[in-house]
Amino acid sequence: MASTRQGAANERDRTLMRGETDTTTVGSASAKSAEVARVMRRRGEQSRFWWLVPTLYIVFLLLPIYWLVNMSFKTNQEILGTFSLWPQNPTLRNYAVIFTDPSWYKGYINSIIYVVMNTVISVAAALPAAYAFSRYRFLGDKHLFFWLLTNRMAPPAVFALPFFQLYSAFGLIDTHIAVALAHCLFNVPLAVWILEGFMSGVPKEIDETAYIDGYSFPRFFVKIFMPLIASGIGVAAFFCFMFSWVELLIARTLTTTDAKPIAAIMTRTVSASGLDWGVLAAAGVLTIIPGALVIYFVRNYIAKGFALGRV
Amino acid sequence: MTKTWNNRAWFMVLPVLLLVAFSAVIPLMTVVNYSVQDTFGNNVFFWAGTEWYQDVLSSDRFWNAMGRNLAFSAIILAIEIPLGIFIALNMPRKGWGVPICLVLMALPLLIPWNVVGTIWQVFGRIDIGLLGRTLAAMGIDYNYVNDPFDAWVTVIVMDVWHWTSLVVLLSYAGLVSIPDAYYQAARIDGASRWAIFRYIQLPKMNRVLLIAVLLRFMDSFMIYTEPFVVTGGGPGNTTTFLSIDLVKLAIGEFNLGEAAAMSIIYFLIILLLSWVFYTVMTNAGSEK
Repeated sequence: MASTRQGAANERDRTLMRGETDTTTVGSASAKSAEVARVMRRRGEQSRFWWLVPTLYIVFLLLPIYWLVNMSFKTNQEILGTFSLWPQNPTLRNYAVIFTDPSWYKGYINSIIYVVMNTVISVAAALPAAYAFSRYRFLGDKHLFFWLLTNRMAPPAVFALPFFQLYSAFGLIDTHIAVALAHCLFNVPLAVWILEGFMSGVPKEIDETAYIDGYSFPRFFVKIFMPLIASGIGVAAFFCFMFSWVELLIARTLTTTDAKPIAAIMTRTVSASGLDWGVLAAAGVLTIIPGALVIYFVRNYIAKGFALGRV
Repeated sequence: MTKTWNNRAWFMVLPVLLLVAFSAVIPLMTVVNYSVQDTFGNNVFFWAGTEWYQDVLSSDRFWNAMGRNLAFSAIILAIEIPLGIFIALNMPRKGWGVPICLVLMALPLLIPWNVVGTIWQVFGRIDIGLLGRTLAAMGIDYNYVNDPFDAWVTVIVMDVWHWTSLVVLLSYAGLVSIPDAYYQAARIDGASRWAIFRYIQLPKMNRVLLIAVLLRFMDSFMIYTEPFVVTGGGPGNTTTFLSIDLVKLAIGEFNLGEAAAMSIIYFLIILLLSWVFYTVMTNAGSEK
């Protein structure tokens, strides 16, 4: 519907740009697949057992996870009493406990609320900043970029106590927004870095053409630029999600009951209620699922994201 | 890409600046504040100068934790980097195996850190854990709760389990970006598998490996949650790394001055390392 308002020239430019990007990706993809085919063939001549290495590694990765899943379907008597490689009397009781007790399932809701809030804040703030870093030079830009990086590298342990005092002063303790803001400490720099990497891959001529065509900056940014770096935004969001999801030290320090993340509820249960192993295992399994789901969507970009957009 | 000079770009950076300043600069100033003051309670503080810093720098406890942490980082780097490269070299490049490998290998990276700890705590227990039971059945005396050596082995294996995938993913990304022409040239020259690795693949992976080494070093240097859950820093203090020690000092013993001074020293070390990281990264970028 927006496109009807756009001039024919703009439309043509957009398709041109799309066409350009399409051909480049297709070209590199076919070159890559040819290379891949050759690599595979060469490898086939040398050794028939190359697949053994990744297989063994994956088995090593999955064994501890399997053990947790296995435990989550057992009763406590079976866990402590007998040693079995799979549940003898499979039970869903442990999961039932979690899904019926608000103090358990609320932990998941809390975690998801602050993780999503943090992801939205981080990516929204990082988008214009990353654009500025990738397109312009300005006073102190390199120092600023470096300073941002140091925050990604800052040990959370250093910040735990001052965070508690800071958010107490603002009366934000035990709210989701406190954790979301605190996690910005390492997620905003990360998002800026990843997005800057992706944005630098977009030729500057696209910006200039759009400005000549009379696009204002916000309209250009939303209509043309953001679709071009959509995968970068996805990857940045994924990494913000991930690092906010796995972090516990700060999240635990800033919450007491109302916003307590599931990971912290787990630790509390371990120490207090005489170790209900089955429920603990079930809770652990449920924390793995969101990660496994989101990772599927970004599987082709994971490595680039970890390289801060710089492969 | 040539960039134009435009100071108005500051307005675009402003949101990030405010956000990070709120969550980094203000807390850091609190820490600096504590590190130069002392108190007898009642919120009455007086100037203590550099006393806390002298205390920290002359305490065995700090240097022991530092030593343990450096040893830990060195060991996991020595294991994870070669192992990660080796696995990446043997990963499929095409077909149905690729997404399966990528997703399964990335799985440990997305597990909350304390759940990683819980998984290994359970896995290694001699009464209910698969690993503990298996080792016991093989006649190996393994108990990570009492034996410092076993505790170290457990923490290291856990870290390898948790983070080797990062090295694998980065190396893999570097490997698939090598153009086919390089391999063809090597083939014509009759290069051996080792020569291909040494003179083509390794130099091309340079950049991503650098990122891997530095990320792994930094993250292992501030590791907290996983060993805390598994060993709680014990037995004794044998797996008390810098972050665990710092939290003990600040929240356990409420020794704010010393904890703050230690935070600053810790942070300065990280800052120095970040600077090296940044310089190396940007230089690698300009060569390209």
